[in-house]
Amino acid sequence: MSPLARRRGANGSAAPTAPPAAVPEAEAYPLARVLRDDATADPAEVTLSDAELVALYRWMVLNRQLDERMVGLQRQGRIGFYIGSIGEEAAVFGTASAMAEQDWIFPCYREHGAALLRGLPLATFVCDLLGNAGDAMLGHQMPCHEAWRPGRFASISSPIGTQIPQAVGAAWAARIRREEMVSLVYFGEGATSSNDFHTGLNIAGVHKVPVVFACRNNGWAISVPRERQTAAATIAQKAVAYGLHGERVDGNDVLAVHAATRRARERALRGEGPSLLELVTYRLEGHSTSDDPRAYRPPEEVEPWRKKDPLLRLEAFLVKRGALDAAAGARLAAEAREQVQRAVQEAEAHPAKPPLETMFEGVYAEPLRPQREQLEELRRALADDPRVAGGRGT
Amino acid sequence: MPTYNIIQAVNDALKLEMRRDANVVVLGEDVGKFGGVFRATQGLYEEFGSDRVIDTPLAESGIIGTALGMALYGLRPVPEIQFADFIFPAMDQIVSEVAKYRYRSGGQFSCPLVIRSPYGGGIRGGHYHSQSPEAYFLHTPGLKVVVPATPEDAKGLLVSAIRDPDPVLFFEPKRIYRAAKGEVPEGEYAIPLGQARVTRAGHQVTVLAWGAMWHEADQAAREAEQEGIDCEVVDLRSLAPLDLDTILGSVRKTGRAVIVHEAPRTCGFGAELSATIQERCFLSLEAPIARVTGFDTPFPYTLEHEYLPRAPRILRAIRETVRF
Ligand SMILES: Cc1ncc(C[n+]2csc(CCOP(=O)(O)OP(=O)(O)O)c2C)c(N)n1
Repeated sequence: MSPLARRRGANGSAAPTAPPAAVPEAEAYPLARVLRDDATADPAEVTLSDAELVALYRWMVLNRQLDERMVGLQRQGRIGFYIGSIGEEAAVFGTASAMAEQDWIFPCYREHGAALLRGLPLATFVCDLLGNAGDAMLGHQMPCHEAWRPGRFASISSPIGTQIPQAVGAAWAARIRREEMVSLVYFGEGATSSNDFHTGLNIAGVHKVPVVFACRNNGWAISVPRERQTAAATIAQKAVAYGLHGERVDGNDVLAVHAATRRARERALRGEGPSLLELVTYRLEGHSTSDDPRAYRPPEEVEPWRKKDPLLRLEAFLVKRGALDAAAGARLAAEAREQVQRAVQEAEAHPAKPPLETMFEGVYAEPLRPQREQLEELRRALADDPRVAGGRGT
Repeated sequence: MPTYNIIQAVNDALKLEMRRDANVVVLGEDVGKFGGVFRATQGLYEEFGSDRVIDTPLAESGIIGTALGMALYGLRPVPEIQFADFIFPAMDQIVSEVAKYRYRSGGQFSCPLVIRSPYGGGIRGGHYHSQSPEAYFLHTPGLKVVVPATPEDAKGLLVSAIRDPDPVLFFEPKRIYRAAKGEVPEGEYAIPLGQARVTRAGHQVTVLAWGAMWHEADQAAREAEQEGIDCEVVDLRSLAPLDLDTILGSVRKTGRAVIVHEAPRTCGFGAELSATIQERCFLSLEAPIARVTGFDTPFPYTLEHEYLPRAPRILRAIRETVRF
């Protein structure tokens, strides 16, 4: 049985029992790859230098170490919640690295790697996870909801899909102001079911807005498999209905992702309109630290994907090419672990809570009377009884 | 009687209603094999199959719009919105469509469905996993809004909601999903919508609350008792229909009211309660009506316990009201 059919069976008989024998759309959208199974590549297709590739590899290793350590901190109760991108690093770094500095990034919530690439300091990111006094978001948001304005990395929203039309608006604004800027917007395949996906692609198509839609198709939206999200054979083909360019890319092949994103960016700048990139990848771990994928996902499905780990594939390629030595992987991982450790220490040195008044800041540019009065009311209540700050709870 | 938490009570109500009536179906994100992210629908998929326990695509307006169509056609859908914070993409379907279908068709059509959704803060969920949006819906005629505070009520009220001829929003206080435990009658039983519960009789002040806040109000009343203040505590249970007789009767008796809710104060349901009490009990009031609520900010992440109206803040309001 194909993995496709098995997953359908696992999640309910009401889904179509088998895909059509020949799926023309899938043929029209073959999976673009650069890295071959034997860890080689056609030199003509390698658009990055060895140094650039090694730098990307380092980022991916750092991101992996970060994710592993942060899940550990969550398990110890030091951070409340975490969403990792283990297995999806090529989709994140391949895209973000292909954009120019002035371009804006509209993240979903699994792309903190792109924020780091854009200069978000590691320790600041950890402060954001802790929601402490060093948090750039003033402890307002849940972990993994970072925003980094200096890196043109927009603020993350939990409601799925909302960033898609927003990215379209920003790119549209740039064109109205005659500035050369392309928006890159991330989302999962689950988000392609949302209203905002359809409206965002439609408007972008009609107005030929310079935006790159990057769908990380990681197979699952929490427990709902891709086949239960859409009856279409691919996500890429959804571009047709909106009059956009669509492309299906091996999302675990950072070279292919990078090249496809760069082409999409160039098309956008030439005025040829937006592109929808379907980055076919896999979520190796749970949806978040609140999730246990064993409840819905057979381990046999996960194992083959571990062999396609984007870090292993890039490492093998670089070693074969002589750009990295065989021991580099372990060495870089140890360095990254240390870097993360230092960031955690630096972050944990900040007071655990931002000051009380920060709760009322940022509702408006200047607090209105209710915010001012309520802050005073809370201060008085706290002065009378410190249990007001938490106290005993049900 | 078995001891259940709120999740188990909800699960039991769904299971029994699905056994009783083949038209009852459950739909939403992750409700199927996974049993819901809070496990409220656990085991239903195995018992009732994929035609009655349906994993939908990630599209709230799709979930509610299709549930509306199912209800028109005779099913009794119980859609789940994974977190109340994600109900807003479905706002148009709920407010413009579900709420008005009966009215705009002159009563020819109805769409009885129950939108279940975990709501409220205190679980380190930040603003997108903590909001209390009941007031948005209470402002819309045509919707019923129910909020249980105990496992026994969760089961009995959900059963009534499913059998109700009108659309019901059933908000489950997720902070106490597992913490609130209690004996729950086995088998079928229903608690009628629109009956508040006087959980503590007293003479000096009436404390009105619902959901997780009822537990805080109860705690505050117990602490007040130690200071010699005698509180009456009312768990509203259902905000529409609202049990005005119980509320007004209590306030007329005590002459004082403290209203507690988690949502921001401005235009929260406390404002409506306060206005109604003022209009109807003016001559019985011995003190201004007090509101202990969340603040007029989005729900914060780190300072969530400062934000939440916990027992000490409620106690303060009780004291001030009594000493006025
Ligand atoms: C509007 C809305 N509905 C439901 C949720 C709850 N939720 C959070 S993530 C998620 C799955 C998202 O899947 P996908 O878009 O494929 O992204 P992935 O997490 O797989 O990267 C769901 C249902 C939400 N955040 N927003």
